[in-house]
Amino acid sequence: MSIGHTLLGLLESGPRHGYDLKRAFDEKFGHDRPLHYGQVYSTMSRLLKNGLVEVDGVEAGGGPERKRYAITEAGITDVEAWLKQPEKPEPYLQSTLYTKVVLALLTGRSAGDLLDTQRAEHLRLMRILTDRKRRGDLSDQLICDHALFHLEADLRWLELTAARLDQLATEVRA
Amino acid sequence: MHQAYTHRVYLVRIVLPMSLGSSSGPASGPLLGASGLRKAFGSTPALDGADFALSPGEVVAVMGPSGSGKSTLLHCLAGIVRPDAGTITYDGNDVTAMNDARRSALRRRDFGFVFQFGQLVPELTCAENVALPLRLDGVRRKDADRAALHWLERLEVDSVARRRPDQISGGQGQRVAVARALVTAPRVVFADEPTGALDSLSGELVMRLFTEAARDTGAAVVLVTHETRVAAYSDREITVRDGRSRDFTLAPAGAR
Amino acid sequence: MTRRLRELALGAKFAFTGGREGWIRTLLTALGVGLGVALLFAAASIPHVNQASSARGDARVPAASGGKKAFERTDSSVLFDMVGTEYRGESIGGLMLRPEGKHPAVPPGLGALPGPGEMAASPALRDLLDSPKGELLRQRLPYKVTASIGDAGLLDPTELFFYAGSSTLTEASGAARTNAFGGEVEKLPLNPVLVALTVVACVVLLLPVIIFIATAVRFGGERRDKRLAALRLVGADTGMTRWIAAGEALAGSALGLLVGTALFLFGRELVGGVRFWSFAAFPADFTPAPALAALVLLAVPLAAVVVTLFTMRSVAVEPLGVVRATKPRRRRVWWRLLLPAAGVAVLALSPRAGVDQGVTDPNLVAIGAILTLTGIATLLPWLVEAAVARLRGGPVAWQLAVRRLQLGGGTASRAVAGITVAVAGAISLQMMTTGIHADFVRTTDQDPSRAQVDVTANFPSGERAQRMIHDFRATKGVQAVIGTVETYATRPGAYTGDQIRPTTSLTVGDCATLAELARVGSCRDGDTFVVHPADDKRLSAWVDQAARPGEAVNLDTTSDYDSSAEPLLWTLPRSARQVLSRPDPMGEHRYGIFATPGAVDVTKLPSAETKAMIKVDRAVPDAAEYVRNTAAVIDPAMHVRTIDNVERDKQYASVQSGLRTGAIATMLLIALSLLVSQIEQLRERRRLLSVLVAFGTRRSSLALSVLWQTAVPVVLGVVLAVAGGTALGVALLDMVGKEVTDWWLFLPLAGTGTVTVLVVTLLSLPPLWRLMRPDGLRTE
Repeated sequence: MSIGHTLLGLLESGPRHGYDLKRAFDEKFGHDRPLHYGQVYSTMSRLLKNGLVEVDGVEAGGGPERKRYAITEAGITDVEAWLKQPEKPEPYLQSTLYTKVVLALLTGRSAGDLLDTQRAEHLRLMRILTDRKRRGDLSDQLICDHALFHLEADLRWLELTAARLDQLATEVRA
Repeated sequence: MHQAYTHRVYLVRIVLPMSLGSSSGPASGPLLGASGLRKAFGSTPALDGADFALSPGEVVAVMGPSGSGKSTLLHCLAGIVRPDAGTITYDGNDVTAMNDARRSALRRRDFGFVFQFGQLVPELTCAENVALPLRLDGVRRKDADRAALHWLERLEVDSVARRRPDQISGGQGQRVAVARALVTAPRVVFADEPTGALDSLSGELVMRLFTEAARDTGAAVVLVTHETRVAAYSDREITVRDGRSRDFTLAPAGAR
Repeated sequence: MTRRLRELALGAKFAFTGGREGWIRTLLTALGVGLGVALLFAAASIPHVNQASSARGDARVPAASGGKKAFERTDSSVLFDMVGTEYRGESIGGLMLRPEGKHPAVPPGLGALPGPGEMAASPALRDLLDSPKGELLRQRLPYKVTASIGDAGLLDPTELFFYAGSSTLTEASGAARTNAFGGEVEKLPLNPVLVALTVVACVVLLLPVIIFIATAVRFGGERRDKRLAALRLVGADTGMTRWIAAGEALAGSALGLLVGTALFLFGRELVGGVRFWSFAAFPADFTPAPALAALVLLAVPLAAVVVTLFTMRSVAVEPLGVVRATKPRRRRVWWRLLLPAAGVAVLALSPRAGVDQGVTDPNLVAIGAILTLTGIATLLPWLVEAAVARLRGGPVAWQLAVRRLQLGGGTASRAVAGITVAVAGAISLQMMTTGIHADFVRTTDQDPSRAQVDVTANFPSGERAQRMIHDFRATKGVQAVIGTVETYATRPGAYTGDQIRPTTSLTVGDCATLAELARVGSCRDGDTFVVHPADDKRLSAWVDQAARPGEAVNLDTTSDYDSSAEPLLWTLPRSARQVLSRPDPMGEHRYGIFATPGAVDVTKLPSAETKAMIKVDRAVPDAAEYVRNTAAVIDPAMHVRTIDNVERDKQYASVQSGLRTGAIATMLLIALSLLVSQIEQLRERRRLLSVLVAFGTRRSSLALSVLWQTAVPVVLGVVLAVAGGTALGVALLDMVGKEVTDWWLFLPLAGTGTVTVLVVTLLSLPPLWRLMRPDGLRTE
């Protein structure tokens, strides 16, 4: 999962403080692993360095330093490219995909297309495995089948998510 | 247009399956194409502007949630159902403009069908079921029987040739159904959930034998399924959602 | 017991709460059973129809004096003469009436006697007279229609009958006197052969109806079985499902009884005015005999239950679906052969009966016929199975049909059993009616190429007889008239009681006429002849006893037994030549004294009978009607008879026409049940049909397959029917001591059976087209 892309995506709806970003991330994606502050600042400084975000302003006051970040044009392009690029089908993909779907919904992009593209990528791999299975011996078949069943499970999840996009959208935007 | 196919030519095509798939190029456009298909049953729209294109020898999976209109798309493409709007062309001819007799002849000679529950004629033996499409087209009984046996062997079900459909397993039944679909050496085979009633192992076997046989003879396949493992036997898939079709297929590996 | 009743009640409930499908099934059964019940009610009404009609016939005959004493002329007495006629093959009954006092007797159906020149006509006759078709008849019955005859005065609603008023009728002109209406029409006891025929006819016509009811009870059975399977899933055992199914059938048949009663009541109103060949009746005449009606009401629901319980034995309803005929049971042939064999044996061993003597036991005839015919019905499924098992090859449509029959031939042959029984029965009946034909149809020697119409009048005067001949010659369409005046000629003198007075006839006609009747040779007016019947010496000698040239004969025979009357003596001239007779156009030989008008003055003959044989031009339509019209002008009471080659006995004709009516109704019923089961079968295979259509199967291929599927069992059924029907026919004919006269009688009946199949196939094509639409692919 790419925390940088996720934070960038969260900034797309408007400039936020580092503190706000952490809270929004935790609320939407960090159910099992909340983000450390250190992780936020190190990521933000990397993004700053790459010119994907800029500092919108600094709020002085009690507590730690409070910078307000805003996304740059280059940042938006980067998010766009990331969302469009299907993930390489591999195990435990759902947290990344989930993040992508939510971000797409938050930023008004088509989450359905995102899922369909990912489906196509999964199927592409399945085709390759199916072909290998067809040509191979029994051990090849068994190995390929293992992968195929995992891919199939992911695909089922993709389909289920696709079917519930509307429901998810209202929940995310709430 | 296909009156030129004499029975003799049929048999040649059966006995010596040619690989049309390898020789066909994309130059002449799709073998079977459709655009802007609309079809409503009562007030429920089943297709709402679907497009489709099939190249010779290509295996295309049609996927989508149930009720999305994928079966209706297949029925329209096969000339079984007339769409309310839109055009379908097969081999350069407008299918929607054909009368019932011509569409029937088309289905008899150029198309083959596999359905979910085999739909073999229960009174006939498996061999007779396979021979049926040829016999319907006037092929002599002996020739039809020989061709049927050839295809039963090809689908590895020649052992049940003399049995009736209620005496064989579901997987065997589907393979007989595939043999029946391929026996006329069709250019397009339409398969509607061909493994829908089978367990995954029998389903895999049916799909493997089916797609291999289709590829060998150069028959294009339109494969309606909701199972990704079945769709994985295709070259490409299109997704039907709310009566519209979309193609998300990515370029083959390496283009990334 | 109460458990069974509870299951029956549950089934009955399902019949009405089974959703749309359940309703359709119940309705179909009710309609089928209803049709059958209506027919059974109609059959049960026949005794009453006959009885009511003959009672009305009795009530309108002028009372006979009964004995020697003639009726006195009183205030209520009426003079009458039978003036019935025939019009284009239809007979029209009529009485001419002349009241003799102020309060004349009035026949039933009339308020008052019609006045002179007026008539009261039956509604049917009135319609005929008012229509353009009745134009010629109007000339014959020139009376003004002033009243309609009420139902009470008519045999049936289509009867043509009239009462005409007269002011000139006299006893002298041939009229008789009565003082009341109502008596008894002489009825002959029904011939025993006809009794046998009627019994067989009832069996033959009603057995298919019963088979039809049994089939109707099973309408929609396949879908019901699915519901029963669902009941098995929730714990019903096999016995329970059977009784629940029986309950459904019971409810359907009970509803069928209601439908049947309604159909019967409605149908009799409808049928009331229609004539089927010679059969017609008033709606009110259709009243079923109470015992028979009760039998129908009890037997039909009972049969529904029994049939269902019986058929459910071959169906294994499992919780997950229906398995038909778990293992296709091998049909055994021996008991199926036993039934018809027993039937023929019963007929062969029962006492013989002749046409004119002896009695047939109707019960034995019925048992024999029922055994034979039910035997044929049970033999059919075996035959279909055995025959189809050997069939191989053929075109696709044929292959599909044959294979379907090999797997499920039982259903098909059950539907055809009705046709088989009907055709077999009809064949045996046809053989029987044809075999006894000769007894009831006189083939006459008449030669219609020479003359076609024969008019006879008991005229008191030879003068008017001559006028009649003259008038006929002037009638349109008449080519020639052979007219003679005839009277008796007896040998004068006293004869005691046991002596027979030599008697012969005097026939007067011109030379041309006499030449038609005898080989007179040369002839001039004034000649006389003594004519001997050719080839009958004994009769010739008898003629010579009375006809003695030079001697006198008495031409007024009243004086022979009434001593107060004067004999009218006429001397046969000595010049009378003896010649031989030749057959006249009526095929009769006439003999006795022949005289030309110059030899005897016919105007003086007191009781001459005038006969005219009229040769009409066949090219003139209605020539016979013109002749009748002329006759009616001369005297309405004249007998006019067209000469046909055959003359049918009325009793026989009515049995045969009833048979035809019944056979047609039965065939219709069977065609209907075939159609229903055909469509049901198609619906069941809807998805398969859709798949075949997807494969590009031509409609014609499927239609042909449907045709073969019906035709194969029907052809086998017809073959069986021909064999069984012929055997039954031979047995029946043998029983009444007759020979088979025509072995090919089954041809038209077998043809009818075949046509039925074609019609059924044709009618099942529109539903087939509808089912062949791809909708069938859309489920799941």
